[in-house]
Amino acid sequence: MDYKLKRILTSTVFYIVLMVVAVIVLFPIWTAINISFLDDSQVAQYPPQLFPTHFSLANYARALEQAPLLRYLFNSVAQSTLVMLGQLVTACLAAYAFAFIDFKWRNVLFLIFLATLMIPWEATIIPNYLLIKKLKWDNTFQGLAIPFMATGFGTFLLRQFFLKIPKELHDAAVMDGCSSFRFLLTIVLPLARPALGTLAVYSFLQTYNQYLWPLLITNDQTMRTVQIGIALLQDEERFMFNTVMAGVVFVLLPTFILFIFSNRQLIRGLTAGAVKG
Amino acid sequence: MAVSERISGSHTVGRFKSTGVRQREIKRFFTALLYLLPSLILFSTFTFIPLIRTIGLSTYLTNPLGIAVKFVGLAQYEKLFSTPVFVNSMQRSLLFVAYTVPTSIIVSLGLALLGNLRLKGISFFRMVFSVTIAVSAATASLIFKYLYHPALGSLNYLLSFLNIDPVPWLTNENTALMAVSLGTVWLQIGLNTVILLAAMQGISEELYESAMIDGANYWHKFRSITIPMLSSTFFFLIVVDMLAAFQAFTQIHVLTSGGPLDSTNVLVFSIYREFYFNGAYGFAAAQAVMLFLIMLALTVFQFGVLEKKVFYD
Repeated sequence: MDYKLKRILTSTVFYIVLMVVAVIVLFPIWTAINISFLDDSQVAQYPPQLFPTHFSLANYARALEQAPLLRYLFNSVAQSTLVMLGQLVTACLAAYAFAFIDFKWRNVLFLIFLATLMIPWEATIIPNYLLIKKLKWDNTFQGLAIPFMATGFGTFLLRQFFLKIPKELHDAAVMDGCSSFRFLLTIVLPLARPALGTLAVYSFLQTYNQYLWPLLITNDQTMRTVQIGIALLQDEERFMFNTVMAGVVFVLLPTFILFIFSNRQLIRGLTAGAVKG
Repeated sequence: MAVSERISGSHTVGRFKSTGVRQREIKRFFTALLYLLPSLILFSTFTFIPLIRTIGLSTYLTNPLGIAVKFVGLAQYEKLFSTPVFVNSMQRSLLFVAYTVPTSIIVSLGLALLGNLRLKGISFFRMVFSVTIAVSAATASLIFKYLYHPALGSLNYLLSFLNIDPVPWLTNENTALMAVSLGTVWLQIGLNTVILLAAMQGISEELYESAMIDGANYWHKFRSITIPMLSSTFFFLIVVDMLAAFQAFTQIHVLTSGGPLDSTNVLVFSIYREFYFNGAYGFAAAQAVMLFLIMLALTVFQFGVLEKKVFYD
């Protein structure tokens, strides 16, 4: 009896601690949602209101009306989708060669792929900016997407997965006259679906949240991505915090949906680097 | 080299390869190259050549369009260390690392320990603790901009209940970097918690069971099993978080634009300002080379230590 009581007590204490910590972690997100429902006089008063008094989408309507948020969102989704597809194609092809083909200098080439992980994008950004300007690719989707279409991380991730597929399968298929490209398409890719999903979710999220590169190469209203567009909202005097926060919630919504529905793939992608390969 | 030689060595008889084998080897090489080509072209164009060009650019004076006009050797690097701009931003970046990296790892360890409890509904709390992986730096910064607002923000209001005087968060050069760091820590805990939780779940249950038989309490198990078993994960997080902190830009751009009085002008923001606004491409390139060297040192250090660990395992 005593033991049982003690267990109930400790788990109650744990639940209270979990609750309090959860409230603190969620507080900034709650703030954004709360402010987005306040009207102009409420958001300007002191002390600040910590809970909304009514549910109103007026600030969302205003944010969408006064800034081309839908266009920004389209640009971001288009950029992220292009990068995702590009990375899936290039990483699949490269990982296939590294996993299934014995060729000279394979290890050297693999090291070159890994070396790209050590070079920060920010260290190469000046020549890349000048190159995109020279190609007149600023304010274009190719300028936003093509520089990110190859991935050392993704190649590594897929290679690790491909290595689990028995090599005899490959040798037998090739012996039977199956071209190696057909083997990749019909055997490897269907088997590798979980790894492909992981890379897809990971690269989409990374690109959707990009900031510095789109800031540099887009200045046209119609080509701004959503992260830049939302950050520029706050520079304009006519927008109050309630409108800005409505915009913030609007921008967060797609990634939250991705977070909830692809949680497993996302977490696998994020932890892939940490686990010994 | 040595390894690929060994692999192809299995096809050879004695010292000489037959022409058939050699031909097949060459064919295989070109097939593989074909698969690697898309990646190799992209890496060359947007990573390797730009890196070399950055190094080249750092030895030149440029015109405002970024075209190199006069070779100056290492003069830009001398300027780095003789003018306050780089010394200040280096110092700011190091402080930023010192503020954010230990804090976010310690907070995340707490969150991961809570998330690792065996309770009903714990997966909901795990989700909550990792929620910031879905939040972009830009949106997080906008939220903190509101929280820190001197007149309207709710943070000072909440602190007043704890009898804490209003903090001038972003408007004072002594607190601005800390305020930016606090937002960054919040943003970073999602990823750190996810990685720590994954590592904790990888610790073998038997270790805890045998410790329990030996009569170890929670604190003992934490100190002599959890922490040592997580050491390589901590190491990984320290390096990854340091790399992220050195690359920080978005928070600065949204929250402070490098101010007040350059107190948040960290390395990447300084690079951005020097080339994008001041047109000082050569000077910015020299700073970018320094950033690359820092990152390189950190990754080489990581590989070195990890390799040693693997060796001793």
